Amino acid sequence: MSGGRASLALHLGVLALLLALGFVLPPYPHANLARVMVLAVYAMGYNLAFGYTGLLSLGHALYFAAGMYAAGLTVRFGVFPAAPAFMAGVAAGGGLALVVGVLALRTTGAAFMIVTLMVAQAGYLAILTFGRVTGGDEGFVLERAARIVGPLDLSQEGPRYAAALALFAGGLLASLALVRSRAGRVLVAMRENPERSRMLGYDPFRWRLLALGLSGAFAGAAGAGYALLFGYVGASFAAIDHSILPLLWVLLGGAGTVLGPFVGTLVMFWLVDAASGITTAPQLVVGAALVALVLFARRGLMGSLRARLVPWLP
Amino acid sequence: MTLLAARGLARSFGGVEAVAGVDLDVAAKGVHSLIGPNGAGKTTLTGLICGRITPDAGTIRFAGQDITRLPAPARVRLGIAYTFQITAIYPGLSVFDNLALAVQRRVPARGLAEAVQAELERVGLASRAAVRAGALSYGHQRLLELGMGLALGPRLLILDEPTQGLAADEIAAVVPLIREVGAEISVLMIEHNIEVVNALAGRVSVLVEGRVLAVGSPAEIAADPAVRAAYLG
Repeated sequence: MSGGRASLALHLGVLALLLALGFVLPPYPHANLARVMVLAVYAMGYNLAFGYTGLLSLGHALYFAAGMYAAGLTVRFGVFPAAPAFMAGVAAGGGLALVVGVLALRTTGAAFMIVTLMVAQAGYLAILTFGRVTGGDEGFVLERAARIVGPLDLSQEGPRYAAALALFAGGLLASLALVRSRAGRVLVAMRENPERSRMLGYDPFRWRLLALGLSGAFAGAAGAGYALLFGYVGASFAAIDHSILPLLWVLLGGAGTVLGPFVGTLVMFWLVDAASGITTAPQLVVGAALVALVLFARRGLMGSLRARLVPWLP
Repeated sequence: MTLLAARGLARSFGGVEAVAGVDLDVAAKGVHSLIGPNGAGKTTLTGLICGRITPDAGTIRFAGQDITRLPAPARVRLGIAYTFQITAIYPGLSVFDNLALAVQRRVPARGLAEAVQAELERVGLASRAAVRAGALSYGHQRLLELGMGLALGPRLLILDEPTQGLAADEIAAVVPLIREVGAEISVLMIEHNIEVVNALAGRVSVLVEGRVLAVGSPAEIAADPAVRAAYLG
């Protein structure tokens, strides 16, 4: 299992590098990297459903927002302190994904995309409708006092980076462990040939539901982490474009690779940031990058790397 | 001893009776062959038995339990394995992973690698473990398909034309393997190659237009005038 050991070393190496960067980066990229790490957890969750299991959901913003609002509202109204509020966010994201999954997984393909999209839109509209609680369009800001976990004040740069890294490390190592486990093999089997899998005794509905639930829990964790680390909760995170973003990040980084979601999120964030300095239409640059991706590296960055150079990459 | 007993099985597709009231008994050991002309309902009948298709009427009992309404994955867990006529492997996964997906149903994580190795050797693919299954030759893909069914450790293995498209030397390798399996468990085999049927089957059911025309030993079937009439017109 030299490939197994090498991949573990690689992923631990990435985490060590991110830890070191936390001490040396200047403030602006430092804050950006913390944000990218949190959003990468969202992308990793999306990758479990889309990249590994083959479920193309267009409604993951719902689970991100569920985590964000579950954590944000419980902290805002003093139900929980920050740490249990985070756990509430994970549970909200995973639980809601399971509920939606029970309905949506009766369909496949285009119908599945439409059902997930519509349910997520309903969630978005619900957030706007119940504006008295949710803050509606404007959302709400979490007070600094509400964002303290033990000795860590998450509104401060150092602790915030550390918490983002911890969340990211948890997501990355959990993904790696899952992908290399027996369950991970079954998820890939569901993507590759569901009918064959059924005839090996794996009920596609149950396994897809499991993937969706885990995926939603990741999204919920990212949403809750985002609320607590950056102190803002808003309806824009539940909107349709926030459902499309993780798909783009995963496609760019490499669907069905463990590091792909992080790489994709990082590169896209950097592209938008760099393009904003040159043009007022940074989305045009993003679009061009995606066209180039489809033309020259359909497997995404890490996927192409695996296909050409590093076959053991998980 | 009867392992599988089907009574009055029927299934229509758009007004065409593919299976029209079939009774079938399959013993707990040995190779039981299903033969019949194209469109006789053989694949539909095996589909009803493994749960890929739901019957319009009739019952199926397996090891004394009524499984008529059980979904396919639950039947697999009871010990009914199905191998596809059109090769249905995971082309993007390694040969090892293909077999591991079947083996891990019955073997815990600790012994998985050894158990997969044993299955690889049984079907003669040990040297191909790391190869992407889609890159295998057609004959090897058929062997892998057979191996995945076997690796489930079933009590009843359903084979849908296991020798279809194989070269003579490949058939010569598969026949002893199926014979070996049939000595241990029950094998229900759809097969067109009459030499393979004669070499393996202890019992043959002839299906014509969705009905069982005759049941017996290969010699009895060969001598049956009704079967001759159905085949020769």
